[in-house]
This record gives sequence, C-alpha cells and structure tokens, in this order.
Amino acid sequence: MSKRKGVYAAKAKRATHMLFFRRHMKPGVKGWELNKSLGSDYPKVLEVLDDYLKNLDLKVKTVFEEKKTPVAKPTVEELDKARYYITLRGDLTPKEAKMIGWRIDDLAGLAVAIAYIISKKGQAMRKDLEDVLGKKLPGWKVGLNIDRYIRYGYLTEDDNAQLYLDWRTRAEVDQKALFDMLLNVEKQTELTESIEETVEEGTEGPNDDDEEQASIEPEDQQEEK
Amino acid sequence: MQAAKTARDTKAGREKLQRIIEMLTAIEAHAVDPFMLDVDDVIKVVKAYFPDWEKPEDLNLDAETIHHLASVIKLQSEWVKHRSTSLYADPFLLEEKITVTPKEDMVGVFLRAWHPIVELEQITVHSLAQAMRYWESLVPLSERWKELAPDEVGTGFTSRDEMIKQRVLSDKVFSEELEIFWQEMKTCVGEKGADGKMRYWDFVGGETYEQTVQRAFLTSFLITYGYATLEIHPLEELVFVKPFEKPQTKPRKEQAVSIPLSVSHDDWQKWKKGEME
Repeated sequence: MSKRKGVYAAKAKRATHMLFFRRHMKPGVKGWELNKSLGSDYPKVLEVLDDYLKNLDLKVKTVFEEKKTPVAKPTVEELDKARYYITLRGDLTPKEAKMIGWRIDDLAGLAVAIAYIISKKGQAMRKDLEDVLGKKLPGWKVGLNIDRYIRYGYLTEDDNAQLYLDWRTRAEVDQKALFDMLLNVEKQTELTESIEETVEEGTEGPNDDDEEQASIEPEDQQEEK
Repeated sequence: MQAAKTARDTKAGREKLQRIIEMLTAIEAHAVDPFMLDVDDVIKVVKAYFPDWEKPEDLNLDAETIHHLASVIKLQSEWVKHRSTSLYADPFLLEEKITVTPKEDMVGVFLRAWHPIVELEQITVHSLAQAMRYWESLVPLSERWKELAPDEVGTGFTSRDEMIKQRVLSDKVFSEELEIFWQEMKTCVGEKGADGKMRYWDFVGGETYEQTVQRAFLTSFLITYGYATLEIHPLEELVFVKPFEKPQTKPRKEQAVSIPLSVSHDDWQKWKKGEME
C-alpha cells in the first residue's frame, strides 16, 4: 500500500468511528469537527468512505444548514457548517421497517405528517395535522404519534403550535421523491401485498407500542416514559 | 377652519395606518393569507398621508407601516417561489390523496424515500480504557473536598443600626416604606400629573442614580401589589404611572403580565438633561 493510500485508509477509519458512534445528543458530525480531526481534506476522506460503504448499502449523507443548500459546488465554509451522517443507501422493506421497531400505522402517520407539512410550505398548524391524521388513526393515538415524531427529531413545534420539519427529516427523507411518489400513488401497487402480510402480523394493541419502539429510541427518551 | 380640517385628516390618517399595521401583523403571524392584501392600496394610503406627517411619532408610524409591508411582500414572494418549485402541490389535492390512499400504500411510498440514519451507541474498548485511566488518576473525594472547606468564622452580635448602616436592613419596615411611597406618588401625581397619571420617568427620576433605582424598585412593588398601575402607549413609547385611590386587592380577571422597564444610567442622564421627551 502506498503511503498516500495508507494515510487515507487511516483517516477513513477515524471518520468511521466519528460518524457511526454518537458523540452528541444528536447523531452525525459537523464538518468543522471532521476538519479538526481529519484535516482540511476531509471531503476527500468522506468520498473514500462513501465509496467503501456503497457495497454495504450505506452512504455518507451531507445535510447543509437549513434553507442554505448550495445550488452549485459547495464552498469550504458551507461544507464545514454542514452535518454528516451515515444513512441507508437503498430502502427498507416493510418487514425490515417493522423489525427496527416501527408499526405500520406510525410509519404511515409519519409519511402523512411530512407530506402535509411540505405541502403547506414547511409549516402547518398542529390542529390541522391532527385533523388529517385523525381521519385514519384513532383519536388517542394522533397526539401521541405527533409527540413521538417531535421527540425523534422528525418534526418540531413552536410556541404557537406550528409544526415544522426537523433535522431528522432533512437527514433521512428524500422529500422530493416522497412528494412525487405520493402524487402518483395509484401506480404504487407492487408493495401492497407484502405490506398487507406485515399488517396482519403487526396488529398489536396500544400497550405493545412502546415496547416495539424501544429499539430505536435513545435511552433518555425511554426513561421519560 | 382649515387647521381643524387638517387635524381631523391627521387623526384619520393615524387610525388608518394603525389598522393597516394590525392587518399586516396578522399576515406576518400567518393568521391571514398574504394575498388578501392589496399592496397598491396600502401604498396609496401611505403616500396620501405622508405629506401631512410632521411629528416624529407620525413619521415613526409611517416607517412602521412600510416595514411591515416589506415583510408581507417578502412572504408573498416566498409563496410564489414555493409554488414554482417541484415541491408544490395544491394542499387540497394532497389532502385528498392522503385521505384516499390506503395506509399500506402510504408506507410503501415512504419506505422508498426514507433512508434512516445508522448509528451505534455502544461503548468501545478504547473508551473503556480511557475511562479506566481517568478513574486511576482521579483524586479521592476526601482529598479534593479538603481544599473546599470554608474558613471558620466566629459568631458575634450585631445591632439593627449596624445592619441598617451596612444596608442589610432598611431603617423602615418595608410595608411602611411602601405605604409612604404610595402617598408620595398620589401627591406627586395630584400636583404634577394630569388625568390622575404622570410620566414614569418624571416620577421615578431622582437627584442621584441610586435614588432613581430605589424609586423604580419601590414603584414596581406598588404596581405588583395593586397600589398603582402602568399605562403604556406603545406607539408613542410613553409609560405613565397611575396610583389607585384604594389598593386593588381583588384577583384580576385578565392575565397578569410583567413589563420590563429599563432604568439604566444612560436613561437617567438623559432624563436629567431633559432629553427623555
């Protein structure tokens, strides 16, 4: 192995540790932290790592500051202020989603919540979203679900009960793809059968809910309950 | 005759601008659709009254209207920008879609757009080793707390006079002091005020800055305990104190609010120089 390759391999290893293991309250690492630890060529290191992760169906996801996504090539400053995560490159099957602790109702509710907020230019009244979700979910579950989405970081709420998309949605959800697919939903019939299978398996009562969620919730949040 | 007409016009103009500001504020708070507003009409009104404004507070009102109008135009432009992006769909259409789409399809769609974060929270051998090293180098509590032991201080006697001298106690009982101060406020308002009220600074302002702070402190207690109230004119930025004839002891129906009033040294100097007008 050449010396240069060796340096990049060592840096990619360090970047893996930083990105996979949670260092702060929120997952992910800021560009300036990577810069400090790996040097100014960290974008190149992340490229190497991303290339390696491709085979594992994972990727390095760059999330720029809110409303500051660069149109052209990002500047060093923009990269330093961005946050980097490791996310799944492909997508999960409904069975896999259930295995990592999501009930189909909760996931459908999250999809509706995100799509609804996007359609309302990024902010919607909590009451309005509750009405929309209430058409398909039992009343007692609607408020609980919205609170859960807020706790996970998918949504955020201000003092005026306005809901916005939060950091986790920006990191995990391809908003444009979700929106386009939702508008063409008639064509989405291929998955229905396999999902129906999952629904039959996953018709737990409300008390099972929290147990199932436990696997993806941080410890502090579990304690809150 | 002409002067009276102008005064009437000015008053009407002020009222119109205030109504416009209220509407603009509601739009900014997303209570009203930004396109409900006809920007040209607002500009016409602002233009029509602008030559009549002479007083600073009227010009201030004019500037405030323009400021809010600019914010609403920004909101309108954001709305247009959003509609022109690929993320725009009629909310009603989307709501309809959401209603008719079975939850299974909804999940199917979401799973294709969802790429969850991968993270680990386990401890590593490296961090365990680091923690062990820290534990080994950690000084025991019994040794660390020794340094923090406070010096022993002997007990002694002090008199009330001594405590007053040290400003730990006042030379009057606080309630007594408040009562006297309330009487002073009433007398002062009777002599120097109008309509049972006077300017806040004219009342709390004293010969020295310390006196002023002391008076502002006591005034705040008089207001909190229902001996007096504040009257605030936000547009003119005027604050008046208004003593009650009898203390208001009944619980208030409306929500009580705290009003922060700055009593800085600069403000006091301005008041002394008569620049508070």
